Amino acid sequence: MELVCPAGNYPSLKAAVDNGADAVYIGFRDNTNARHFAGLNFTDQRALKALDYARNNNVRLFVAINTYAQADQWSRWQYAVDACADLQASALIAADMGVMAYACEKYPELPLHLSVQGSATNAAALALYHQQFNICRAVLPRVLSLKQVQALVKKSPVELEVFAFGSLCIMAEGRCLLSSYVTGESPNTAGACSPASAVRWEKTANGGMNTRLNGVLIDRFSANEQAGYPTLCKGRFKAQNMAHGNVHNKATHALEEPTSLNTLNLIPQLSDMGISAVKIEGRQRSPAYVAAVTRVWREALDAYKANKSDFQPEERWMAELSKLSEGSQTTLGAYSRPWQ
Amino acid sequence: MQTTLGPVLYFWPRQDVFDFYEKIARSDIDRVCLGEVTCSKRRDLNYGDWLAIARLLTDAGKKVILSTLTLLESESELSQVRKICDNHEFMVEANDMSAVKFLSSNGFEFCTGPSLNIYNAYTLKQLYKLGLKRWVLPLELSEQKLGSILEQAEELSLNDKIETEVFSYGYMPLAYSARCFTARVNDKGKDECDFICRKVPQGVPLATQEGEQLFTLNGIQTMSGHCMNILDRWQAMEKLGVHSMRLSAHSHDVLDIADGLTRSIRNGKAFVSELSAEQCNGYWEGGSGKDQIYRRP
Repeated sequence: MELVCPAGNYPSLKAAVDNGADAVYIGFRDNTNARHFAGLNFTDQRALKALDYARNNNVRLFVAINTYAQADQWSRWQYAVDACADLQASALIAADMGVMAYACEKYPELPLHLSVQGSATNAAALALYHQQFNICRAVLPRVLSLKQVQALVKKSPVELEVFAFGSLCIMAEGRCLLSSYVTGESPNTAGACSPASAVRWEKTANGGMNTRLNGVLIDRFSANEQAGYPTLCKGRFKAQNMAHGNVHNKATHALEEPTSLNTLNLIPQLSDMGISAVKIEGRQRSPAYVAAVTRVWREALDAYKANKSDFQPEERWMAELSKLSEGSQTTLGAYSRPWQ
Repeated sequence: MQTTLGPVLYFWPRQDVFDFYEKIARSDIDRVCLGEVTCSKRRDLNYGDWLAIARLLTDAGKKVILSTLTLLESESELSQVRKICDNHEFMVEANDMSAVKFLSSNGFEFCTGPSLNIYNAYTLKQLYKLGLKRWVLPLELSEQKLGSILEQAEELSLNDKIETEVFSYGYMPLAYSARCFTARVNDKGKDECDFICRKVPQGVPLATQEGEQLFTLNGIQTMSGHCMNILDRWQAMEKLGVHSMRLSAHSHDVLDIADGLTRSIRNGKAFVSELSAEQCNGYWEGGSGKDQIYRRP
């Protein structure tokens, strides 16, 4: 399986390449990519430098142009696709049908991957994208169980890439508007979820912390709790008018707890069923984070390759990855579906 | 300007569904989308039941559209969608690209619901080539964004070929997940959910720790905490080139609202519908979806 690693800037790209990535994915410095954060991503010049570094080390470079093209800014997406083709990147990762049509017609030689933001969770949707835009790979949304992924690999007309490690979206990607409901900006439109510009950290009198998003209270932390980033799906809220007519007086993580996805111990199953690539999330993360996660995954994939019948994730790998996880917790997410 | 009743997004008891659509048959609504679009486990009504309701509404003079499941995870769900897409009697609304695939392979014209990501006219063009007749604007786009899309559609000579619908009333479906949140807040697993969502026919409201209404849980769907209402914009929408306004029901109040709106449309008069504390105007005015912005029609 190909190890696909994130790079939000040139030092992260170097970190990924130096620590064993097979491919690195980057985005341009605007809302054409789904990690549009201040100070992050690549100008054309930087992207060229990144490409050189990757290519000299035999690593593939993917460019994510995976937000939905806004009609009043269409030329921006066109320009991004042109720039990606000029770079002769190894693949373009896209979600928008209009963008894919443009890329496919103008640059038929440029390999096209369907982004996770394209929300394709089944064989018929994959077949449509394959038939219309000749995609050669798709990244699966993090909503399928391992069994469902396995069934899908058998029917899929294209290679499949799955998320291996990193922040966990619990909503089907490309179909979540929670962020824009509260802030006006979403991954689809602005390339941002719970954007930093809308975040407020408020110290409370008792030494704790309130976190807000565009003024809305997402969570309250006591003095001895580690305050997490106010991502909407990971806040603590009160459920009212429940099935038995009561109100939940205690605020709970009604949608999801702060946790990261970690599928290291699924490497044998994913590989056996025919998954082509595993993706590390985190273009917004530091070079040190990218280096550490890439190193562990490289070691693990190599260990599996060397001894397929007797693969056991080493404790130090898991410890290292836990340290790098949200709330120091990891989960198998939908792959295991403990809530089923 | 036409009115469309979107599919019921909640799990209502079987008899309530039949009663509701009998009333709809007698209402002024022009078009009705039918079917289970939220959770494939909700099977109180089978395919035959939906067809029976579809025929009842057709006989009452409504244009009926069968709406398909939004988030598909298993092969059995794919077969359900396929069955609907293979029908020769009613037009189908695709809520996932799988349905677009089935319908276009059959050579059938189709509509798309609000969960299909159409943010520009180049995407509309691709879908038009596959058979698209009518689309619903994604919920998070504003009047201004719609204007830009329709302008772009005109440049691509699509404007007279495709009809546009705008979600204009109801709780907005904002996100879809593999897990069931209604089960989760009631301390149940998804497989042992006991169809607990049937006991909360308007979903479970979720408030912040300061008591601010934020979201509504509806099974695997997370909806807006406020009911969006932009019915008073109907004349501006018509001017822009919108063909239909979609109303989404959380209770039978939608009947009065639909009849009031239809009367205004028929008389060419402004529709006055002031926002209550539980309402917002969604994304139509721009900015965040939960805002309450007052503007004269």
